[in-house]
Amino acid sequence: MEFFRIHRTIPFMRYALVFNVISLITFLTAVGFLAFRGLNLSIEFTGGTVMEVAFRAPANLEGIRSAIGATEKGEFQVQSFGSANDVLIRLPARAGFTSGQQAEQVFSALTAVPSAGEAPACAAVHADYAKFIQLPQAERSPEASAPLLNAQHQLAGQCTELRRVEYVGPQVGSELAQDGGVALLMVVLGIALYLAIRFEKKFSAAAIIANLHDVVLVIGMFAIFRWEFSLPVLAAVLAVLGYSVNESVIIFDRVREHFRTMRKASVVEVIDSAITATISRTIITHGATLTMTVTMLLFGGPALHNFALALTLGILFGVYSSVFVAAAIAKYLGVKRSDLVRPVKDERAVLQ
Amino acid sequence: MNRYALWKYLVIVAALVFGVLYTVPNFYGEAPAVQIASIKATVHADTSLLSQVELSLQRAGIAQLGTTLDTIGQNPTVRVRFADTDTQSRARDLLDRELNPDRTDPAYIIAPNLISSTPGWLQRIHALPMYLGLDLRGGVHFLMQVDLDEAINKRLQTIESDLRTLLRDKDVRHAGIRRDGERLEIRFRDSASRTQAHGVIHDAMSDLVLQDGGTEADPLLIAALTPAARTAVQDNALKQNITTLKNRINELGVAEPVIQQQGADRVVVELPGVQDTARAKNIIGRTATLEARLVDVSADGLAAVNGTVPPPFGSERFTIGRGTPVVLKKDVIFSGQQLQGAQATFDERQQAAVAVELNESAGRIMRQVTRENLKKPMAVVLFERGRGEVLTVATIQSEFGSRFQITGLGNAQTANDLALLLRAGALAAPMQIIEERLIGPSLGATNIESGFRSTEFGFAAISVFMILYYVVFGAVSVLALAINLMLLVALLSLLQATLTLPGIAAIAFTLGMAIDANVLINERIREELRKGTAPQQAIAQGYERAFATILDSNVTTLIAGVFLFMLGSGPVRGFAVVHVLGILTSIFSAVFISRGVVNLLYGSRRRLQSVPIGQIWRPSAAAGGAARG
Repeated sequence: MEFFRIHRTIPFMRYALVFNVISLITFLTAVGFLAFRGLNLSIEFTGGTVMEVAFRAPANLEGIRSAIGATEKGEFQVQSFGSANDVLIRLPARAGFTSGQQAEQVFSALTAVPSAGEAPACAAVHADYAKFIQLPQAERSPEASAPLLNAQHQLAGQCTELRRVEYVGPQVGSELAQDGGVALLMVVLGIALYLAIRFEKKFSAAAIIANLHDVVLVIGMFAIFRWEFSLPVLAAVLAVLGYSVNESVIIFDRVREHFRTMRKASVVEVIDSAITATISRTIITHGATLTMTVTMLLFGGPALHNFALALTLGILFGVYSSVFVAAAIAKYLGVKRSDLVRPVKDERAVLQ
Repeated sequence: MNRYALWKYLVIVAALVFGVLYTVPNFYGEAPAVQIASIKATVHADTSLLSQVELSLQRAGIAQLGTTLDTIGQNPTVRVRFADTDTQSRARDLLDRELNPDRTDPAYIIAPNLISSTPGWLQRIHALPMYLGLDLRGGVHFLMQVDLDEAINKRLQTIESDLRTLLRDKDVRHAGIRRDGERLEIRFRDSASRTQAHGVIHDAMSDLVLQDGGTEADPLLIAALTPAARTAVQDNALKQNITTLKNRINELGVAEPVIQQQGADRVVVELPGVQDTARAKNIIGRTATLEARLVDVSADGLAAVNGTVPPPFGSERFTIGRGTPVVLKKDVIFSGQQLQGAQATFDERQQAAVAVELNESAGRIMRQVTRENLKKPMAVVLFERGRGEVLTVATIQSEFGSRFQITGLGNAQTANDLALLLRAGALAAPMQIIEERLIGPSLGATNIESGFRSTEFGFAAISVFMILYYVVFGAVSVLALAINLMLLVALLSLLQATLTLPGIAAIAFTLGMAIDANVLINERIREELRKGTAPQQAIAQGYERAFATILDSNVTTLIAGVFLFMLGSGPVRGFAVVHVLGILTSIFSAVFISRGVVNLLYGSRRRLQSVPIGQIWRPSAAAGGAARG
């Protein structure tokens, strides 16, 4: 079986201009959204509290909003998470509250009235919980919490349940945002340096521009659709940057080889033939990696969703930019045979 | 040409044996267990406790599957495995009754736990299951910020009072000491006394840098901590806080707590399996107090030691560790807040001792008390949860002030323990929780399940494609991929690196990338065949030519992975670890092992007619020139 039966060189560069205009427009749109609308940053970056509450029946989001609104003054978000029963609540950091207190109050507000699907005994447990969280920290001894924990354990899986609480102080958040920016910069510089050593500078510039274009597009998508941008998403973006840059490396490798073997061909012909020679490999390898990320997107559950989404988008944009953007930029930068095939040139000089 | 030297096959076999050995523990699952650890500072779990536990269980007729004494951790722990949770809970009740006869003052915490059922011989070569992060097993995570400025502040307060004493003792006259930020300004009436003070302070306090200041008429001496001393104060404060936290967390009975320094001034606390954040916070934030008191050596006091008569008025009865009772006076000589430091050291006769340093005011009281109570015993009590425990009883040998030694401790280990306990009684600097995470156990289980399910599905899909598309070479690639997965899991198990949900995602992503290398190789071989190269030659060329490209593509990914590891924390670091290790194992398995398998299959066939790598399509002669490339 062979998928790609390519009879002749595909003139990729002929269409490059059209694609580059599209790229430029989407790139500017992404930058515009990033600049004016910004990212929907997770609490890891902004500070605040996130809680995941599992109900026993599809949750009534409006009811939850009004219940929280009674105690919470700031802007909070309520959305379903994974299934209709699970709800994710984001609370901004509030002055005068220590970690976790906000989540305790919200959870007790949510369970003040029995919700659908709960066992009848749950009401008593929730009432005990509400009483317990009124205690100051110093009085929350093991003796005080043991009966409550026992009761919760007995009714596990039958009551509304607080599955996860994350609290991030504002100082940690701003640091993480800074560290994230530094990480992005270091990765870009590291790769640029490697490419500069490995290749000629026009190619390394072209590869870096092309792949930054991918990064901006992926992050831009997160800004446009208001998907939550969390720390794992940033990790995914960086990993995919490292991964897709090698696509450009492979194409440029071929370009170098073809400059050597196809002495009479023009620059455009050489680039076209190099891309044509590698396209089948490009599609198969990225197809394999995409298979992985798409299964993660489909079966990985809500916790991995945005992470897998960033990987998937990153790989797609990576293929596109390696084929249509990187080589085109190298062409615009005026890459010549003499830039790459230095040994051959020296040989000629000797012959003359 | 497609033959491997014997050593190369031996390397492959060694890698496979390593992979199997270290991957296997992950499949053994976990057995219910009971773990017993001491919650008293002076009691340790040891072999005698182990045999006591075994005897108790035997007498009650409760069958156990094995006992271990783990002395490697922060707190020695005895663990007993059982066949089912029912036996586990019966054993737990029994042990709780027998080991803690005094219900009001338990000495051991007996907690249910799950431990790996990996056989002992595997555990001995450190083949253990992967260490799961909190997002996979559930539990609580705290990140605490230690206020190190406060530690410096405390230190400067002590130095200030020490300076006053020093100058008074040496008869150097000064016109007042003032704090200005992190500097101490000592005012003098004339520069002669400043010069004198300079010499005195320089000789006595090596922690300070001194600088002259002020005017001729109003001379000043500015003292500040040397950078080294400042760092030392901060380091000690952080270490003391970590020690204190460890001691407190031990009594929670958590299976594998993680208490680690993060950055210069932060401490991470991870308590797997704990669901009760409120209680955890209560224990972490608790303040323990340390008090020094005189032993009541009056006739009434001595009479009350065995507990038959009540202690006299103004005295209380305590026990030293679990055993010997002692009656102490209620008056406090000094408390933990006044303790500046405690270090294990040696006295003039080279015996183990603990050097204690008190602040100025406690030193003055100490001088008076010791003068009046020469040759009488004094005790140090640690109060926690409102109950006191005597750490040590020592006889006052001479009159002393803020610096003294506790001697007669026997060996260096005891001295170390006591110094630690004295220091650990209280937190050196205040701490604040700046990050908190609670992950329910059901969520952890769901995360593991969905993470592994997506990896399995992705692996299956890729395998089907590879075998259909590249036939035998596809099967070899899938085999290499499976070995890659096994080696990666084995490495993660060996290093006990924390596996998080993003880490599982990284396994999936790495597998997707690892197949890249095999696709590259297979495509190159096809290309060679298309050119009309002989089969054996094509295989060799394919592997050799693809290698440079594989290396290239992995270097860029490695750069991204390394920076992620350096700058990430928590789950992201989990991702980066798997990512980087995965790249390394994938180069090894995709190139070295797959070549080995191919060589084994085809290397010895001298007249290989065709390569089973799927159908090779050749462009028609007319178009051939352009597509050849």
